[in-house]
Parts: sequence; structure tokens; C-alpha cells
Amino acid sequence: MNRSIVGKAFYKSVPVMAGYIVLGIGFGILIRSAGYGVLWAFAMSVLIYAGSMQYVGVGLITGGASIITTAITTLMVNARHLFYSISMIDRYKDSGKFKPYLIFALTDETYSLLCDGRYPEGEDPQLYRFLVSLFDQIYWVTGSVIGSLLGAVITFSTEGIEFSMTALFIASFVQQWIDNKDHIPAITGLAGTFVCLLIFGPGNFLIPSMLLITFLLTINRKHKESQDQNGSGEQATLGKKNKSDEQGKTVEQKEANG
Amino acid sequence: MRAAILVAVMAIVTALLRFLPFLIFRKNTPAYITYLGKVLPSAIIGMLVIYCLRNTDAMSSSHGIPEFAAAAIVVLLQAKWRNSLLSIVAGTVSYMLLVQVLF
Repeated sequence: MNRSIVGKAFYKSVPVMAGYIVLGIGFGILIRSAGYGVLWAFAMSVLIYAGSMQYVGVGLITGGASIITTAITTLMVNARHLFYSISMIDRYKDSGKFKPYLIFALTDETYSLLCDGRYPEGEDPQLYRFLVSLFDQIYWVTGSVIGSLLGAVITFSTEGIEFSMTALFIASFVQQWIDNKDHIPAITGLAGTFVCLLIFGPGNFLIPSMLLITFLLTINRKHKESQDQNGSGEQATLGKKNKSDEQGKTVEQKEANG
Repeated sequence: MRAAILVAVMAIVTALLRFLPFLIFRKNTPAYITYLGKVLPSAIIGMLVIYCLRNTDAMSSSHGIPEFAAAAIVVLLQAKWRNSLLSIVAGTVSYMLLVQVLF
């Protein structure tokens, strides 16, 4: 492992650093105030490693939730991780020994750093992605431990620093908009989620949003297919996809029947 | 002990959600899933943007101005320089100044 790939991965992960350390500190303070010390903060950030879920988890633990409630709550809060994994299937397929950790460490923020598939020229993409993922978790765990140990000592105001996560997603969104010719997925994600937020409110809109987005993108694919068959539209770019799409159709039908 | 069990449940369910698609499509990825893999990143990032801004309230005392202004800064910087780090730092610092000093 050369030094430059570590440096490049570190540079890529820096946007996540401030947000993870501060949100990690917040989690460390929260779990400490619930009566669980630094080992708990450390263990949860190493083993669960899902930001919002850990905040919710403190409530579950102190509220005396049952195992079933805990399992269902985790399913609901973290369902979006299914999405991240689905969209990384091909990219992580041949990642060998890094694969388990790459999948385990796929948080919102790591996903948004890695989902464009870019990596520095001449470097091993899987090692690079592994290092970026690892740096991110180190920030999160470090923040949790700091929060647990020193929470009461921090006096300067960090109000508003949580916006760095929002800024990260906005920057990724703009970058993907620039990189992709087809803006339909981006608009679908933005508009579909916004509509669900208006209908279901800020507490419950994430799962409806995911279903709506999947539904709309599936329709869009069918629409594209029929366009291809009519021979109109962007034939040159879509022609290659046609064959594999047909394959997909039979699989879908099988699933629908089974 | 009870807390340890709950932590284990959270860890296992979270890992399950992350690993499940890889376990299901271990050999051949259906073209439909490959298609989703291609279009989902932009859509999910769009979803996360809305998710992060979900509690922004135009009726609150700040009327969502700090969020809107900082988001605009990020969009403009990213469109112009395409340097995520620069966009994020500038956007976050602007937001912190806005909420701490002005609003």
C-alpha cells in the first residue's frame, strides 16, 4: 500500500470529517447522559455504525423497548440502506477481501462519496473505497468516544455544523447533475421525496419516498424500452442496453409469478 | 445485559439490510437491478437532500433563510469549481454564521 492512495482516500473523506466528529460527539454525550459509558459509545459506533439509528437506539435502550420493537424500528429507520446496497451491487461485486467491510460501512455519507464510482487514476479502486469507508468510520467512532469522555467540557458553539452533511449531499447532487446527461433520476428523487414529505410529514416520509422513487423509475424504464422498440428517441445510446433489458424483463416476470 | 441484546439486534438488523441485496443477487444481477443501480444514486442523493432539509420551516423565526442561502452557496460553488470540499466548507461556515450571528 503506497502513501499516495492513503492520502487520496483521506482527501476524499475530509468532507465527512467535521460532520461525523460533531454528530459522533452528540451521540457520545447522549448515550453518556442515558447512563452508558464510553465502552457503550465505542461498541455501538463500531458495531451498528448508522448515525440516526444510534440516536434512536439510545431512546430504545432507555425506554425499555422489546427485542421485536427494536428490530422493527431498526428496519424502518434503516430501510434506505437496501437502496444503497442495490445500487452498489455491480461496483462492489469484485472487491474480494474488502467486500464485507465495504458493504458493512455503507452509510449515507460514505455512499454519497462513493456512488459516482470515481477513483484516482492508476490506483486500486477497491482499496481506495475501503480506505475512504474506513476513514469515515474512524471519524464517527472518534467523535462518539470524545463526546462520551469530554462532552461536558466542550464550550464553543458548534450550532449549525450539522449542515455540513446537508452540504455534502447538495454538492454530490450538483456533481451528479453535471456528470449525467439523463436528469430524470435526479428529478424523480428530489420531487418524489418532496411530494411524500408534504403528504406524510417529516416523521414518516422516507419509506413512502423510496417506494415512489422505485415505482417511477421502473415506469421510466418501461417507457424507455417501448421508445427503443419504436426505433425513436436516443437510439444510439440506448441500443446497447436493449439486450440486457430484455433479459431483465423475463426475470421480472418470473418474480411477479413466483 | 438487556441493553447489550438491543445493541446486538440493532447491529444485526442494520447489517442485514446492508448485506441482503448482495446475498440475493450473488451470481447474476438481473438487468432490472443493474438499471436501478445506475439510476438510483442520483435519485437517492436527491432524496437525502430533502431528508436533511425536512425540518426547515418557512413559518419559523428564520423562515428557512439560512438553509436556503447556504444551500444556494453550495450549489453555485459546486457548479462553478466542482470542488466538493470547498463547497461544503463554505456552505457550512455560512450556515453557522447565519444561525449563530444573524438569526
